Amino acid sequence: MRILIALLTLSLSLCANAEDKLKVVTSFSILADITQQIAGDKLELRNLVGADADAHIYQPSAEDAKAVFAADLVIANGMGFEPWLARLIDSSEAPGTRIDASAGVLPLMLDEDGQQVADPHAWQNLANAEIYVQNIAKALAQADPNNAAHYNAGRDAYLTQIRSLLAEAKTGLGQLPPAQRTIITSHDAFAYLGQAYGLKFIAPQGLSTADEPSAAEVAALIRQIRADGVKAVFVENIRDPRLIEQIASEAGAKVGGTLYSDALASEGPASTYLGMFKYNLDTLLAALKP
Amino acid sequence: MSLELLWTPFVEFAFMRRALLGGVALAISAAPLGVFLVLRRLSLMGDAIAHGILPGAAVGFWLFGLSLPALTIGGLVAGLGMAGIAAWVTRRTGLREDASLAAIYPISLASGVLLLGLAGNKLDLLHLLFGSVLAVDPPTLNGMLLVSIGSLLLLALIYRWLLMDSLDPLFLGGVSRFGPLAYGLFLGLVVLNLVVGFQAIGALMVVGLMMLPAAAARFWSRRLPRMLLLAALTGAVCVWLGLLLSYYANLPSGPCIVLLAGLAYICSVLLGPLNGLLRRQLRLSPAH
Repeated sequence: MRILIALLTLSLSLCANAEDKLKVVTSFSILADITQQIAGDKLELRNLVGADADAHIYQPSAEDAKAVFAADLVIANGMGFEPWLARLIDSSEAPGTRIDASAGVLPLMLDEDGQQVADPHAWQNLANAEIYVQNIAKALAQADPNNAAHYNAGRDAYLTQIRSLLAEAKTGLGQLPPAQRTIITSHDAFAYLGQAYGLKFIAPQGLSTADEPSAAEVAALIRQIRADGVKAVFVENIRDPRLIEQIASEAGAKVGGTLYSDALASEGPASTYLGMFKYNLDTLLAALKP
Repeated sequence: MSLELLWTPFVEFAFMRRALLGGVALAISAAPLGVFLVLRRLSLMGDAIAHGILPGAAVGFWLFGLSLPALTIGGLVAGLGMAGIAAWVTRRTGLREDASLAAIYPISLASGVLLLGLAGNKLDLLHLLFGSVLAVDPPTLNGMLLVSIGSLLLLALIYRWLLMDSLDPLFLGGVSRFGPLAYGLFLGLVVLNLVVGFQAIGALMVVGLMMLPAAAARFWSRRLPRMLLLAALTGAVCVWLGLLLSYYANLPSGPCIVLLAGLAYICSVLLGPLNGLLRRQLRLSPAH
């Protein structure tokens, strides 16, 4: 009985603690990590699309709707990355504010079925990550002014880390000879990275979307790899790695490893945003080094 | 248009050569097995096995993680077990073969799903296990050739007993004790071809190459050796033309090959000299 009472009071006090904290919902794992790095333990953070999950095909649950409804602040990427989020906010009539972490990023345009749409994968350029961090820290400070100093300190510490990794990326990728800057990945997620550091990412159409590729597509890709002198092919989320391995070996390129694009890994070095960026950077450098 | 177009893709690309070689090898060994399946009214066995191998794949995944050989061997064991139990029930109780197979495969599939649920696994193992004809790598090709040659040799060896057992098991039972053994070996060959084929070129293609040419051959001859030869040949030609179609028309290769085999089947249904629809029509409406 005594234990029960103790437990009850404990849980009540936990609830009371949680009541005090700012309730924040982030749309996917990379934003969750950035927010966590800035705010530390001052938040009650809930993330919708978890590690190793695909935000493109995400199905919100009732739990998610409840979390969004209860949130003081909803942090999204924006640029059309989470089309389901607006519906979720509308349907739960959530009273909290929503911000787009990517606000202020200069968007790269993609040609999608004849229409120009913004490429949402802006976090693949570290310079854009600075904008993300500024936006998120500002929104946190506005929603929770009492802890504004804490958030600003967290922001500045995190920005220092970002800038040192940025310098590392610039020197590392800058040393690559021009002939070795073409890379094949399975889906168009690295345009910002490519633009920032002068790399050419080719994402073959058809291989990423269709369940079964045609012999013509595979042949065209092999010809392209040979003609462009592509050194490395990266597996990302192609369903059958056997196919991409065949293509690489026949075209004389090597499979460079896995790149993380839209979600953090659930464990290991790529389970934080900066860890993921560093992992991608090292993987690219290892594969492209002369 | 020159005839060169029929082989230049295979000269230029190794993946096309491997797809052709593996596909033809499997077509030649699977189609005769399909003819016997049609004969024994077991035509839906391919689909049953495709689902029923899940528990084996799940156990393989559980013990060895995500390795294709482990998944394949697990699938093979589950498939053989399924076919074995179904055959045993049929021999002992007289339940029809298709019924005992249809009864055993939901049990197998359900236990596979249960196993995956227990392991907390969200991967689609069957999807992982099922390959694509364009992704055949050299070790896979060697495996396919080995299976193909082995199963053709074994089929030739047990041909006489299998034939008698398929047509008149009671008579064979009177003169020889080899009937059940031959049938067991035959089922083993079917499962082996199916599971290796799933892994190498995908479920749709193996089942298509096994059953469609076999069903088509039935409209052209009543003699079993001719049917076997015709089925194997049809399957092989479909693989070749299907790959060319996929190459020139930019279409997914597995469906191309299966649909060509389907076309061969439909033409046979319409035009075949044995019970083909048009022949029947001609016979039914007597000439003046």
